[in-house]
Amino acid sequence: MKRRPYFLIFALIFGYAFFYVPIASMIFYSFNKSRLATVWGGFSTEWYGKLLDNQQVLDAAWLSLRIAFVSATVATILGTMAGMALARFARFRGRTLFSGLVSAPLVMPEVITGISLVLFFIALNGMIGWPTRGFTTITLAHITFSLSYVTVVVQSRLASMDRAVEEAAMDLGSKPLRVLFDVTLPIIAPAIIAGWLLSFTLSLDDVVITAFTNGPGSTTLPLYIFSKVRLGVTPDMNALATIIVVLVGSGVAIAGWIMHRADKKRERDVQMAIAANK
Amino acid sequence: MDVDTKPPGSESGDKPWLDQKAKPFIRIDGVTKKFGEFTAVDNVSLDIFKGELFALLGGSGCGKTTLLRMLAGFETPTAGRLFLDGQDMTELPPYERPANMMFQSYALFPHMTVEKNVGYGLKHEALTDAQRKDRVKELLDLVQLTPLAGRKPHQLSGGQRQRVALARALAKRPKVLLLDEPLGALDKKLREQTQFELINIQYKLGVTFIVVTHDQEEAMTLATRIAVMDRGLIRQIGTPTEIYEFPRTRFVADFIGSINIFDGEVKSVAKNKVTVAAPALGADVIVEHTGTMPAPGAKVSIAVRPEKIAIERKEPGADATGNTIAGKVIDLGYFGKDSLYRVKLPSGTMVRVNAVNSRRADENERVAVWEDNVWLTFAPSSVIILTE
Amino acid sequence: MAALAPAPQAVQGDESHLPKAHSWRQWLDREAWRKTIIAIPYLWLLFFFIAPFLIVLAISAGTSQVGIPPVIWKSTFPFGTLDNYVFLTQDDIYWQGYLNSLRNAAISTFFALLIGYPMALGIARASSTWRNVLLLLVILPFWTSFLLRVYAWIGLLGNTSWFNRGLTSILATFFPFWVTGDHIQMMNTNFAVVLGIVYSYLPFMILPLYATLEKLDRTLDEAAMDLGSKPWEVFRDITLPLSLPGIIAGAMLVFIPATGEYVIPSLMGRGDSPMIGRVLADEFFQNRDWPVASAVAVALLAVLVIPIMIYNFFQAREARRSAS
Repeated sequence: MKRRPYFLIFALIFGYAFFYVPIASMIFYSFNKSRLATVWGGFSTEWYGKLLDNQQVLDAAWLSLRIAFVSATVATILGTMAGMALARFARFRGRTLFSGLVSAPLVMPEVITGISLVLFFIALNGMIGWPTRGFTTITLAHITFSLSYVTVVVQSRLASMDRAVEEAAMDLGSKPLRVLFDVTLPIIAPAIIAGWLLSFTLSLDDVVITAFTNGPGSTTLPLYIFSKVRLGVTPDMNALATIIVVLVGSGVAIAGWIMHRADKKRERDVQMAIAANK
Repeated sequence: MDVDTKPPGSESGDKPWLDQKAKPFIRIDGVTKKFGEFTAVDNVSLDIFKGELFALLGGSGCGKTTLLRMLAGFETPTAGRLFLDGQDMTELPPYERPANMMFQSYALFPHMTVEKNVGYGLKHEALTDAQRKDRVKELLDLVQLTPLAGRKPHQLSGGQRQRVALARALAKRPKVLLLDEPLGALDKKLREQTQFELINIQYKLGVTFIVVTHDQEEAMTLATRIAVMDRGLIRQIGTPTEIYEFPRTRFVADFIGSINIFDGEVKSVAKNKVTVAAPALGADVIVEHTGTMPAPGAKVSIAVRPEKIAIERKEPGADATGNTIAGKVIDLGYFGKDSLYRVKLPSGTMVRVNAVNSRRADENERVAVWEDNVWLTFAPSSVIILTE
Repeated sequence: MAALAPAPQAVQGDESHLPKAHSWRQWLDREAWRKTIIAIPYLWLLFFFIAPFLIVLAISAGTSQVGIPPVIWKSTFPFGTLDNYVFLTQDDIYWQGYLNSLRNAAISTFFALLIGYPMALGIARASSTWRNVLLLLVILPFWTSFLLRVYAWIGLLGNTSWFNRGLTSILATFFPFWVTGDHIQMMNTNFAVVLGIVYSYLPFMILPLYATLEKLDRTLDEAAMDLGSKPWEVFRDITLPLSLPGIIAGAMLVFIPATGEYVIPSLMGRGDSPMIGRVLADEFFQNRDWPVASAVAVALLAVLVIPIMIYNFFQAREARRSAS
């Protein structure tokens, strides 16, 4: 007795409209000729052109990308290690504290992380003269919160991985470290890549922690946008937001599609192999 | 084939399907179920009578589970009607049908105790709390789970879960109980014991049971009648004996148990006796046959079950009755209680012979061993002619 | 290997059952590599997560001063003071801030659940092709800039936007006794804050709910239906109770960060009754009062300890269940 779940379909339509109507409206108004951001004054792409002349925006974007790249890379290395430690080493001293430390940044309100990091950096600078507030402190802060996300992704991939493959490699004579590089890392590579991408976008997106840990002259793109948005909606902000949303959105959509296709291909291959065996 | 010739009436209490006037309790009338292009159940008609323990037997994808799910109301037939006790229930949703199901996975509610699971269906019955309690108690007694009433499903063994599922499905006193692979998840020893418990409970309550299974032994021990299904079609309906001893098609003969099948041509037909030339056997085979006689010259298959062939090292005397052929033992499988021989005939054909090791003997004293020349004999009444 | 292992949960890398290493090479192969893998991220987190928090704790016990650093501690035992915490209870702005935060977070969590649950259920029940598309559409906003999504709503809520005007005229048509004029003041209200939080954190509600709902065994629904339950009774008796872990995970993932939310109240909220995240930031950036800002942070964490513990408890229980 299959019935169409009309209520659920309605809920989905409403939910996705809720998700996407504001973004669509923002993209639409980014092509508005009028200086008044919410009154339609004809089609124009002039705001996009103006953005390219805005040195402040370009500098902020470049800084954000550099921070995101460095922090994502370091966070991925550290997070992969932490994920392996949690998924593979059942018992070691301080494991409970460790797993608590890893999951805490996931739920910790950002204002708390932000204020504690900035006070820590100031204190540290007072003692050893390092780090200077700016690129360094923002990057260190971003690594710290991103590594938790990488850990979760890697840990769950490792948990679902067939342990026998590693045991087979050891049985065939590989030492644990060799097993790690020959077998484990290649198998969890998709999770590591996903972790890197996640860290990269989280860093690129962060406002609060960056606002606390930044220094003079180190304005990231989100901080720039934040300061502008406080003053209200403007057409050039619409244009900037549109560029970012479209870039990130299509990047994620393409990555998702590629992964989905790989999965589908695998499934088909498996099915064909089974059929061929019959 | 006494079942075909016996007049209806005298034994129809036991075998209502022989009674022309008996009213079927469940009538499946020309039911078809298609999933897109795929036909899962293909124009199946079937009558099941009150108090039967009916088995739908077949391999995976044969349509047996789809048929059961249509009876439960989880699928709607693409064509055809379903009747229960004279009432058309084709369009009835599952929650309005007087049929309950025992799921293959048991589908016990993990967040409810045994007691709550069993009592769940009674929430919808017009009963007082006391009556409800009594009913649950009665069912837990029936499946001997009263001491475990407060446990959750994950605290039970596989066999106990199976009994909770049974009690839960019986709680609403359904007119018919549908069982999807009821013993599939149990290990071999437990399965045997549970089979008989199931039969006892069915006998005690008199509820009509429809069992879906892929396990022929299970179907044979449990069922009053079996429907053998293949690719959405019913190939044969009959009692376990009929299905095993008198299969009507090559598929049924091959599917149920183990059998040797040879191609042949009818040479001559006498009263109850058919002579079939079987080139693979290098001899003419005499078959005792009743019912419709095949015409001389007709292409048929003849089939003999391995346990109905006797194997001997010395040639039987000329006075021996039955069909005799010579061959050589190629393979020998020793199972303890019996042995399986694979005997090669001069034509190259392999014949499987199953012999009970009724005498205690060591390896050198066996009836036959590898490379032995042996004689195989089987009675004309043991041979089946398959015309399809 | 399993036979030699002293405990059943011995895993790869755990080689404590092997005899002690004799050479440094053996030591490297057997122990050092795994010690390194544990130690590096461990030390990082101790240094950049625990140490900063201890410093906040210390500063919250200090006294504000004009100078560098803008904080001073007592020179005599016990070196600190609880004055800052006492101060939090005296000024309305703080406890009002906490109450505002908790109330807005609770309301937002409720609406996120109300919108997210049917969506998660709809996705879990969709065909596998649709499911992937629908999931991607939920994850997509989660990856794109949080700030810009808030910004997009600011564009819609403004008094001159098509959304505000349209909604006003619809409401004015049906409820003329309630709504008049050509616009409703939406920006800089609690309504805007709640809307912004629901919008931003909805994926955090949907994803854990989806994960729970998708794992549910559909034959349980069939069993309940077979035993006489109508579809909505099946939902009430089976789906809803079994999805409780997902509801709690989703609710906590919305409630906890929403309580400390800073960006949304700063951009969309009322200036006169700020949420606590904004109070903390103002204390730090505008007043440059480190001790009070630190005390606000410590108190906020104390308020959130209970929901965080609930979340961790359910996560651990789920992990145990899926492991067994």
